[in-house]
Order: sequence, then structure tokens, then C-alpha cells
Amino acid sequence: MNRTRRAWQCGAWRWMSRCGLLLLFSNSVFSNSALADWSAVNMPEGVTAISRDVYDLHMLIFYICVVIGILVFGAMILSMLMHRKSIGAKPASFHENTRLEIAWTIIPILILVAMAVPATSTLRSMYDASESDIDIEVRGYQWKWQYTYLADGSSNPAEDSDSTIQFMSVLRTPQDEIDNIASKGEHYLLDVDKPLVIPINKRIRFLITAQDVIHAFWVPAFAVKKDAVPGFIHEAWTVVDEPGIYRGQCAELCGKNHGFMPIVVQAVEQQEYDAWIVERREEAKIAYATFGREWTMDELLSKGEAVYTQNCVVCHQSDGKGLPPAFPALAGQGLAVGLLTEHADIVLHGKAGTAMQAFGVQLNAAELAAVITYERNAWGNDTGDSIQPKEVNALLSGSE
Amino acid sequence: MNAVIEGQHQADMEEHSHGPDKGIMRWVFTTNHKDIGTLYLWFSFLMFLTGGLLAFGIRAELFQPGLQIIQPELFNQIITMHGLIMVFGAVMPAFVGLANWLVPMMIGAPDMALPRMNNYSFWILPFAFSMLISTFFMEGGAPNYGWTFYAPLSTDYAPPSVTFFIFSIHLMGISSIMGSINIIVTILNMRAPGMTMMNMPLFVWTWLITAYLLILVMPVLAGVVTMMLMDVHFGTAFFNAGGGGDPVLFQHIFWFFGHPEVYIMILPAFGVVSAIIPTFARKRLFGYGSMVYATASIAFLSMIVWAHHMFTVGMPIAGELFFMYATMLIAVPTGVKIFNWVATMWEGSMTFETPMLFAIAFVILFAIGGFSGLMLAIVPADFQYHDTYFVVAHFHYVLVPGSIFAIMAAVYYWLPKWTGNMYDETLGKTHFWLSFIGVNVTFFPQHFVGLAGMPRRIPDYALQFADYNMISSCGAFLFGFSQLVFLFVLIKCIRGGKKATSQVWEGAHGLEWTLASPAPYHSFSAPPQDMTEAHG
Repeated sequence: MNRTRRAWQCGAWRWMSRCGLLLLFSNSVFSNSALADWSAVNMPEGVTAISRDVYDLHMLIFYICVVIGILVFGAMILSMLMHRKSIGAKPASFHENTRLEIAWTIIPILILVAMAVPATSTLRSMYDASESDIDIEVRGYQWKWQYTYLADGSSNPAEDSDSTIQFMSVLRTPQDEIDNIASKGEHYLLDVDKPLVIPINKRIRFLITAQDVIHAFWVPAFAVKKDAVPGFIHEAWTVVDEPGIYRGQCAELCGKNHGFMPIVVQAVEQQEYDAWIVERREEAKIAYATFGREWTMDELLSKGEAVYTQNCVVCHQSDGKGLPPAFPALAGQGLAVGLLTEHADIVLHGKAGTAMQAFGVQLNAAELAAVITYERNAWGNDTGDSIQPKEVNALLSGSE
Repeated sequence: MNAVIEGQHQADMEEHSHGPDKGIMRWVFTTNHKDIGTLYLWFSFLMFLTGGLLAFGIRAELFQPGLQIIQPELFNQIITMHGLIMVFGAVMPAFVGLANWLVPMMIGAPDMALPRMNNYSFWILPFAFSMLISTFFMEGGAPNYGWTFYAPLSTDYAPPSVTFFIFSIHLMGISSIMGSINIIVTILNMRAPGMTMMNMPLFVWTWLITAYLLILVMPVLAGVVTMMLMDVHFGTAFFNAGGGGDPVLFQHIFWFFGHPEVYIMILPAFGVVSAIIPTFARKRLFGYGSMVYATASIAFLSMIVWAHHMFTVGMPIAGELFFMYATMLIAVPTGVKIFNWVATMWEGSMTFETPMLFAIAFVILFAIGGFSGLMLAIVPADFQYHDTYFVVAHFHYVLVPGSIFAIMAAVYYWLPKWTGNMYDETLGKTHFWLSFIGVNVTFFPQHFVGLAGMPRRIPDYALQFADYNMISSCGAFLFGFSQLVFLFVLIKCIRGGKKATSQVWEGAHGLEWTLASPAPYHSFSAPPQDMTEAHG
């Protein structure tokens, strides 16, 4: 029954939009692919019970508006056709009618109540605060997302805190595609290096916050949008029905690369999720173990370049020349060729009042050591300096 | 508009009038409400073109996916300045200009109550906007945090020009407050005998209520930018959680100003349309009393709905519900207004000169903006709409074919009264149809991309949004260039044309139409006696 209703809605929406659109645009514009694919013009239904409720609510209000619009605009058009001076219409003299005026005050109120009832009940279900299966901290940074699995809900719980899963999720679209040098891929601007992975049919709680400015975490297919406010933690939740890859974007202006920090969520079956969790925990453990050993210069430089490309390049640019004055150059001047301790301090703790973030909380010790070493030796900086992960760890713990 | 210089003095009306000074000093020192109105209107037109130029930049970059001509840093500066210039430089001063020209003539007063202050309130503006626009040439660039300038992006993370931005907002606020005090004092004290409150034309009523809203909220805006100034320069932490503040506090204060501001930009437009539709329908305005009460209700409700701009900010459910219900209620008085306009047209004897075309387009397209506004009020659905192009489409529908069409309608309607000449009707209609098509082609597709998931304020977008963005850009260029037709009509009309009669329009009612065309430099030095046709 639900399906027939939806099919009807779908058909009605097509019919009405077509009529409305054809009034406004010529046939030719709409004879192309846009007509075939309605996802290009309407809200997605999504893959959660909530998102479908939201979609139904959206369509309900839309239909009510269409009906009111047809009545009001119909009366206007009729009047413009019938009551024109050029066909000899004489003006009537009425200028008030108390009954009519009361009616068109009361009736809209009743319509509004009819809208408010389903809206309130959907909102109440969205605010349902029952126990969750999985808790994920979502932290917005300029201009990437960090996901931390606070309670990963896997079938075999973690044994120690060394294996907490935490990673950054960064735009994967190459700069050449953005600059129109390479042709654009299918998921242009909507692809990340590491998606957030969640199991289907589990209640996932997102604890949303930000490190610097306000961002907004938005996945349209879940009907989840919540501002990530620095210093505050907001909550949202979802239960996804179908496995798949769901894409969203930051929805609050957060500076230069606001348009370039997508969100990608991969919803998978429980077994697949469990396997993924085990793999990630192993990775985290191995990474943790490597902090203690001595790294060679080559290891540091090659890892450093990767870390730089992922985290530093949007501001300081791939040639290290930056975008002065907001984003200073590193090549041949400033910190990267100055004192190692000062350089490390800024990378670890950021610089207040600027866009330079505290990477000590974003990257692990090996990544930090690698990127600092890389910056001191790339673009002809050739200081020959290097710093080891354990030294970074010492700096980090010393500062606490 | 300045054909008033040649003002033919009507012997039966003016006994001791003298014309304006000659040369530039006339405009610098003028205390004449008509001169100041003219200054405001030309200034707002200049700002409209400036903001439009910035919009061209936005639409050119968004014409295709990928970064072509504007890099993200500059893009953010351009969207911010486009918003600020259009809101504070184009729409608001245009309505103040109309108020200056029309309020004294409509209530039978010789001038505004505080003429010297009137001069100051205008002359602050060019300085405020020069300062604001100069930030483009500063180190670090212009404000890049959106016209809503949310902290901490606008405080801890702002370019150094933020201080100039704050100071120019202060200046605009001072100008608006002085202007609105002047309007309130004029309306309350300078009505001709017999011009009771319920005799006033609706344009006067809507401006009276708007002026109160301005006095209520402009100090709040001044307060919030001052708090920013403190955070930026004096080490406070109003909006920094690290120091015990709250970034969301900024949004509450800003929108306490920002939402009434929306109505500040639309209430006078209601007044304009309520004057024009009866004239061209040759029928009295339907439901004058309910129009006044609806305006007052909208103004009241506008003060208690601010957080509907912040539904995703993490409010408790009680807050969400309150702001949702209050926002939905605004549909009632707004609906009453639209029904009244339709009932005014009903069984009238309509003709469709340019002002009427703009007024009818206003009613239809503003209603469409109202519908999307109602959709946005529904909290669960707003979670999907918030900060997408659906919102961009919504507020451009209420601001462009809303406020700006009403301003254009007003200019065409009263232009013969101001200049003494009829404008070129064919060109006027051409301007209307180009603008009408341009506006819809620009903004209607934005509903689609918004619903399909395109966030606002992005310089580049995913491929599925490409078609509609290209259509939207084409519409924007059409709309933009068609404003040159408007400029041409204005200049042509000021320089000459068919002489206008005093009444100008067959169905026009109101005191301004009892004056000669062009209106004498000093009008109603002696109060008018006949109030039978005080409002349409």
C-alpha cells in the first residue's frame, strides 16, 4: 500500500512539475536528460525511515502549496482575463467583506495545523534519544572530516585503547580535475580517500563537533544535517536500511575550501563491517608500534610527502610557495628553514589567529615527524634536519 | 528625477517658495526631502549595479563545474560583498529614498520633520560603502565570511579588513536609525489636519511599522558587531568556546536583527503594491483595515521567529517547535495580504502599464517565495533544505521579484510625478518582460539543484548540478543586462517626454496626485484640506 501511494505521488509530482516547468521554460531546455532523471530536481527519498518521513513531509507541503498556488494564481489570471478595461469591464465598488476576510484567515490556520501535526511527529522521532549501537565522533576541520569510533559496536570489542580507530577523511578529487586540466570523474568533488564505514540496520550515533570554525555534517540520504560547532558537541543518529555509498558535503560556509570537504559514508553488511574494524585496529596497532623505532630519512621523506599532500597542500601549495599573505610560503623562507623546535611547535600546536591548525591532535607521531622532516628538506630547503616519531611524542607529552 | 530643478511653480499652491541651489552644493547641503529622496534612489541604483556586477562574477564562475575565473578565496569575498551591498546598499536605501519622496507628499506635510538629520543620514552612506568596498584592495582581501558573518569565521579566522567591515556596518546602522527616527516623527507629527492614522495610504503605514522595526533591530546589529570587535581586538571571548563564549550566541543575536531585517525589506514593498494595484484596477484597495493589521502582525511575528534560520544548530526540541509554529503563523497575515490584492483586482477594470505589470509579478513571485518559505519552516524538511540552493532560491524570490520588483514598480509609478514627464511605455514593458524572464530563469532552477543537494556558497559543484547552473547563469546575465534598459528609460524620462498631468494615472488616488507634475520643490506649504481621497 505504501508503495502504491509512493508511485502515485511520484506520478503526480512528475505531472505537476512538468506543467509548472513548461510554463516557465521552453520545451527545448527540458527535452534533455534532466527530464529522465528526477533525482536532479527533487529531494532524495534516502535510505532511512526518517529520511523517507522527511521526503513524504516535503512532498505533502509541496502539494498543498501547489493547490493553493493554482487557486490563487488561477483567480488572478481569470481576473486579468475577464476584468480588463480593454474589453469594457466596469469596476465594482466593493472593498471589504468581513465574512470573506474571516474565512481566509481561519482556513489557512487550519491548513497550517494540518501541516504542523506530521511535522511535529517526524521531528519528535528525529529527537528520539534511545541507546545507540555505535558512537562515532565527527569532527570538522578546515577542510576535512575526522572520524573517531568511540564505541565501534563490532562483535568482538577492542582490548586496548591503542587500537582506537580514528582517521581523517579528505577530498580525493585531483586538483587537475578542479582546474579543468584533467577531465572530471563521476564523483567529482564527492569522493574522499577514506570513507566513514558503518553497518546497516544498526543505530549509529554521530557526536558532531568542530576544531576551528563552524562546519555542518550533512548526508542527504540519511536526512541528517547538524552544525559542527567548535567547543560544543551535537548529536544526530541514523539507521541505514540498504548497503551503499552515500555522499554529502559540508553545509556551512567554513572558509576557502568549504566547497571541497565532502562526506562519504559507506554502509555495509555487519560481517563486512566487523572485518573492516579488525583490519583498522591492526593498522592502528602497527602504526602505534612504529612510533618507538628509528625511521630512516627516506622513510620520513616519502611518508612526509604523502602527509603534506593530504593536509598542507591546500594552503601552502604543492610548490611550498603558499598563498601569501593568508598562507605563508615554506619554500626557502620562514619556519621550515628556521629552528626545528619552533617549526615543530607551530605544526603541533597551530598558530592562534590564523588558519594554521594544531596538527598534533589530527595526525599521529609518525605522520607529524614525517611531514616536518619533509618540509625541511623539500623545495630546495635542504636543511638536512630530521625528527623522529618518538621525539614528536616527547614534544606532545611534554606540552601536556 | 532632477527635472524638479525646472519646477514650474504653481501659483495657486506656492506663495513663498524658492527653487533649489545651483551646482553640486545643492546636493551636498540639501535638506529638501525630494532632493534627498533622489540622492537615495540614485545611490541605491549605483549599489544595485555594483552588487549586480559581483553577481555576474558568481554566476560566471558557476556557469560550469571546475574553477575557471574566480578562485575560492575571492569567491567567498564576492558572495559576502554581493549580499552586504544588495541588502544594505541597494534595497534599504531605495525604500528610504521612496519614503523621502513620498511620505511628506502622501500625508500633506511640507517636508520631513528633521531635514538636517535627513541630509546626514544620506551622506553617511557613501562613506560607509566606500570603506566597505575598499576592503577589496586591502591585504587579506574583503570580508569572506558570508553576509551573515558567523563567528568564529568572522572573528578569529577573519582577514584584517574585518575591522573596516565592522565600522562600515556601524555607519550604515547610524544612517538607518536616523532615517527611521525621521520617518516616525514625520508620520506621527506632520500629518495634515484630517489625515487620521486610518486615512494614511498603506505605503505610509508600512513605512511607519518598518521604521519601528529598524529602531528595534539596528542597535542589536551594532551590538553584535561591537562584540566581534571586542573579540578580534580586545581579547574578549563572546563567541569563542575556548574562552567561555558560544559561537551560537552570535547567530542568535545576528538573527534577532536579521529576521526583522527581512521584513524591513519587504513591508514597504507591500505598501507600494497596495498603492499600484488599486490604481490600475480602478477600484479601491480591498480590506484596508485588515492590511494595516496584517502588517502589524507580520512585524510582531518577525521578532519571534529568528531561530528558524538556525534549525540545524542543535537547539532543544522545544525551541525547534516554538520557532516552527511561530514561523508558520506568518503565513496567515501574509496570505491575507495576497488575498486582498487578488480581491482588489477582482471585478476591477484593469489596464497593464509597466507599474501594474511589476506589481502583479510581485504578487505571484513573492507568493512563490512565500511557499518555499513555508516549506523551509517545517523543521524536519529544513534539515534537508538548510544551507542549500533551495534557500538561495527562496530568499532571492522574495528579494528580487519581491522587494526589487516593488521598487521598480514604484519608480515607474511615481516617475511622472517626480519628473513631470511620462516614461517610454514600450521600453518600460520591454524592461519588465526581460526582467521577469531573467529572474525566473535565474532563480527557479536553483530550487532544483538545492533539493538535489547542492550546498550554497560553493565556488565549484558536483557534475549532476551542471545543467541547471548553466541555465541559472544565463538567466542572471539576461536579468543583469536588462537593467541597462531601466537606466536608459530613467535617463530618457528625466530628459523629456510626454508631459504628465497632475493625476498621471486615471485611477490614482492620494494627496501626491493633487500636486502638479513635476511636484513643486516645496509642496504643501499650506496643508491640504480635502481628505476624501487620502488613500486608494
